[in-house]
Amino acid sequence: MTDKSPLSAALVPYRPISTGLSVALGALVWALVLGGWMYLANGNHVPSMFLPDPGKVLATAGKLAMDGSLWDNTIASAQVVLIGFIASSVVAVPLGLYMGTYKAVQAALDPLVNFIRYLPVTSFVPLFILWIGIGLSERVAVIIFGTFFQQLVMIADAARSVPRDLVNAAYTLGTKRSTTVRHIVFPATLPAVLDILRVTVGWAWTYLVVAELVAAKSGLGYMSLKAMRGFQVDIIFLAIAMIGILGLITDQGFRLLRRVIAPWAA
Amino acid sequence: MTSSADITITDVSLRYGSGTKTVLALDGISLDVKPNEFAVIVGPSGCGKSSLLYLIAGLEDLTGGQITVDGHSIQGPGPDRGMVFQSYTLFPWLTVAQNVEYGPRRRGLGEAERKTLVDHYLAEVGLATFRDHYPAQLSGGMKQRVAIARALANDPAVLLMDEPFGALDSQTRHTMQRLLLRVWDHSHKTVLFVTHDIEEAILLADRVFVMSGRPGQIRKVLTVDFPRPRVGDIVLDPAFIAMKREIMGLLRSDDDDDH
Ligand SMILES: Nc1ncnc2c1ncn2[C@@H]1O[C@H](COP(=O)(O)OP(=O)(O)OP(=O)(O)O)[C@@H](O)[C@H]1O
Ligand SMILES: [Mg+2]
Repeated sequence: MTDKSPLSAALVPYRPISTGLSVALGALVWALVLGGWMYLANGNHVPSMFLPDPGKVLATAGKLAMDGSLWDNTIASAQVVLIGFIASSVVAVPLGLYMGTYKAVQAALDPLVNFIRYLPVTSFVPLFILWIGIGLSERVAVIIFGTFFQQLVMIADAARSVPRDLVNAAYTLGTKRSTTVRHIVFPATLPAVLDILRVTVGWAWTYLVVAELVAAKSGLGYMSLKAMRGFQVDIIFLAIAMIGILGLITDQGFRLLRRVIAPWAA
Repeated sequence: MTSSADITITDVSLRYGSGTKTVLALDGISLDVKPNEFAVIVGPSGCGKSSLLYLIAGLEDLTGGQITVDGHSIQGPGPDRGMVFQSYTLFPWLTVAQNVEYGPRRRGLGEAERKTLVDHYLAEVGLATFRDHYPAQLSGGMKQRVAIARALANDPAVLLMDEPFGALDSQTRHTMQRLLLRVWDHSHKTVLFVTHDIEEAILLADRVFVMSGRPGQIRKVLTVDFPRPRVGDIVLDPAFIAMKREIMGLLRSDDDDDH
């Protein structure tokens, strides 16, 4: 308990660490990864056809940003993810809450949902192309299909784990049983629901790339695929980095949102 | 302003679960609580005290028998029967003040009226300065005090309290006992109070109901007629000690039955 060194303090389980140390540790790991990359790319350890130099990727980013194609493809991808993710969430959140609250809804949906949930989304891509064709709606459909059932199951779990006495207390204070979801389950699960959305939006990006690799004429996945055909490995790296950056931004966005609209759950 | 109600419990049994794994929590228990009475239940752990309160609150459906409150048999939960739970049940997403005004808000009371209630009851439980805190920022005892303020602010005719002071230190516990008695004296509520603390039972009660082990039944009803307010050295009064000994004996002989 009398330890003075910040590092030994950081090795105490669950103990908070200073912001400075936290930033330093994050930066250190990044530096190691980038350093390793530079070492491998520059020392001719790996042919540049397979592993571009980080500087080359940056230069390509600049070039494609100038001619606008980077933004066009990024926006095209973000648009598909956004539409698919919102469409899925708008239904999955309320339905999941009712599923976790009412055993009848659960009994009705559980068998079907748990069947579909384990089907690989990729196996539906040919079917969607056949039904919907190659276009925005096909990619959106892939994303909805990939995220909706997972969201539903996770949100129903969150609703099920609301303490029974919390609901009971609400009843003894005059809450009507018919408004339980609105007045109790929804606010009680809000922090968990935001966490679930934060996690599943990451999956939406995964399915997006799957959809774009197969059937698209724009987007970061398409940009990647085209680059592969031309052996432009720097562009593939750029596309991957863009997806990572967008993921990081959405992740931070959800964390911020949670702090703002669910401040009680620090 | 407040109405009071009587509670009649007639031959009530409660069985949890279905199929082969069932628990008979209550087996033909009968008792009456008069309007404006302060009734206290003591009994060994697991004898069905909480279960009985849940039945009166309408949160569980009885297996047999009948319960009426103010002459009406129970049809589910309602704000006429307030309850302070054994577990922490503050709404984590609401501040202390918002928790207290939750019931009045459901009843459609205006903002000014709600504020008056919140101010009054938070002052009563000594947490006026914590009104904008979230429950996660409170200690266990403070949470339970807010829960009491929340139940009282909703002005129920019957107040069901399930070991509400179990988590409090003896100083706060005495303060809360005095507060509860003061509110009870003003508002003429019917109170059914569960406790493990025999001294607390005698200090608070008009009558003490001693329950036997599971499945729960009433073993004995003791009328407590020490004059109120019961303050100071009353716990040292020979009659007080005699009653305490009698209740301890009743609870202990129940233990012996098990072996
Ligand atoms: N929801 C439930 N499902 C199944 N059994 C239950 C349930 N709630 C309580 N029981 C059982 O019913 C019996 C009575 O429980 P209850 O909580 O009413 O006891 P209690 O007298 O309040 O105990 P304590 O003093 O420890 O709070 C116990 O044996 C318990 O295991
Ligand atoms: Mg209990």
